[in-house]
Amino acid sequence: MNVLLKDEELKSTEFTENNIKVCVEDFNFYYDTVQALKEINLKIRENTVVGIIGPSGCGKSTFLRCFNRMNDTISNIRYEGNIAIDGNNIFDKDLDVVDLRKNVGMVFQKSNPFPKSIFENVAYGLKINGIKDKGFITERVEKSLKDSALWEEVKDRLHKSAFALSGGQQQRLCIARALAIEPEVLLLDEPASALDPIATAKIEELIHELKKKYTIVIVTHNMQQAARVSDYTAFFMLGELIEFDVTNKIFTNPSNKITEDYVTGRFG
Amino acid sequence: MEQFIGFMFLRICIVLVLLALAIILFDIFKKGSATINWEFLSAMPRKGMTEGGIFPAIIGTFFVTIITALLSIPLGMGCAIYLNEYAKKGKLTRLIRMSIRNLSGVPSIVYGLFGVVLFVQMFQLDTSILSAGLTLGLMTLPWTITASEEALKNVPQSYRDGSLALGATKWQSIRTNVLPHAIPGMLTGAILGLSRAAGETAPILFTGAAFYLPFLPKSFSDQFMALPYHLYIMSTQHHAIEKVRPIAYGTALVLIVLIFCMNLVAIITRYKLRKVRME
Repeated sequence: MNVLLKDEELKSTEFTENNIKVCVEDFNFYYDTVQALKEINLKIRENTVVGIIGPSGCGKSTFLRCFNRMNDTISNIRYEGNIAIDGNNIFDKDLDVVDLRKNVGMVFQKSNPFPKSIFENVAYGLKINGIKDKGFITERVEKSLKDSALWEEVKDRLHKSAFALSGGQQQRLCIARALAIEPEVLLLDEPASALDPIATAKIEELIHELKKKYTIVIVTHNMQQAARVSDYTAFFMLGELIEFDVTNKIFTNPSNKITEDYVTGRFG
Repeated sequence: MEQFIGFMFLRICIVLVLLALAIILFDIFKKGSATINWEFLSAMPRKGMTEGGIFPAIIGTFFVTIITALLSIPLGMGCAIYLNEYAKKGKLTRLIRMSIRNLSGVPSIVYGLFGVVLFVQMFQLDTSILSAGLTLGLMTLPWTITASEEALKNVPQSYRDGSLALGATKWQSIRTNVLPHAIPGMLTGAILGLSRAAGETAPILFTGAAFYLPFLPKSFSDQFMALPYHLYIMSTQHHAIEKVRPIAYGTALVLIVLIFCMNLVAIITRYKLRKVRME
């Protein structure tokens, strides 16, 4: 069972040397002695959306948190293999993880606005990066909020607490906060799992817009959502990448029997 | 029925505790308030402490508490930040944390003797406000560290993750996104620790508190009188205990009010800081 894209598929989906944004090679990940990810190989094209699906505990969130090395905050973890973004290994010793995280934004499953005003939330990333120019910050905050489709709803109360926003608005605020520092890759960890259908639809619409500028990796529990928003879909199970292909193919004509059983709802 | 018995039991517990507290407070208030007047608070003790006031003891306690605060608050908060945010979670950290918890249970007289050896003799600070304050500071440290760590633990992990994911360094994340939410709790713990230190007798017994000094300390290297020690002498060591009983009650009342005020400050600080944050 080979999880790499075959050459002809690469061609048919227009993978070229120049448009590969992220490249994962023989990647293994361990929590202490438990192996959470096994021999993952995967390539992600620039300006596409990759959906990661799989049953709970299959390692999809762990995988996502590797791209910005958020797993570094956990003790006793270990990894083998490479993940390269734009050809640069993110585990390189000379690489500053702070720079990596500026380049790879992340939105968490549970919206986590800081207990500050809406404006301060979005400006946070700029301020910690030492930007002091008020005009620039104001401009960037506005742009980020527009990009995350939140501007119209909050423009009159930018200096009110972010906690006063609804769940869906808070999640879009978190997206705006990530966009403000202009990353190239955006990681979304089940961004809509706690939201109602209308708020979810807004987030999905947003993802469609955002992929023009960003490369997006989204973990989702919801297969319809993966089918709707992603260009490529990766199916994980028990720490293994079972199948990775164009979304349409995964959902209509998967090559692997397990994938088929999962996407048709026979287990999971 | 079972629930009724359970609730009754819990109710009796709380009534018993409050009753005991109320009786003590009432007794001290009743007997102490007769002694309290402006002279008692502002005058020097006279005639072998059988007359006059307790002013030097109030001042002494005040300055000792300042030294205690200067040592225990910054050091305690620093330790707590390191332990909770930076230290790797392993056997060593667990051991250190356990030792700190145990230190807060060490009898205060042991700190007193330790203070004599370390500050009075080794550092040659003599029996002074400084020695006593530092000894009390050491005694309060485990308390401050534990309280500060609890406050840090109460800050949701998502605040840290959120800022780290935006490219904040660990320190930036702690400074801008963790400390603002932990400071109220940290301060509350620190002030409660101080109020406990202010009421301690044993640690200052050998390190600087004086039996009878009818004048004020001129510097931090002078001996001093302190409220709790004064109270101890008035109730057990004085040559005319029955005669000075009212002064002892008055001193007790002043000490209790002082500590109550400190706790009040702790509560108000926490409330104010919390309110600012929620807006």
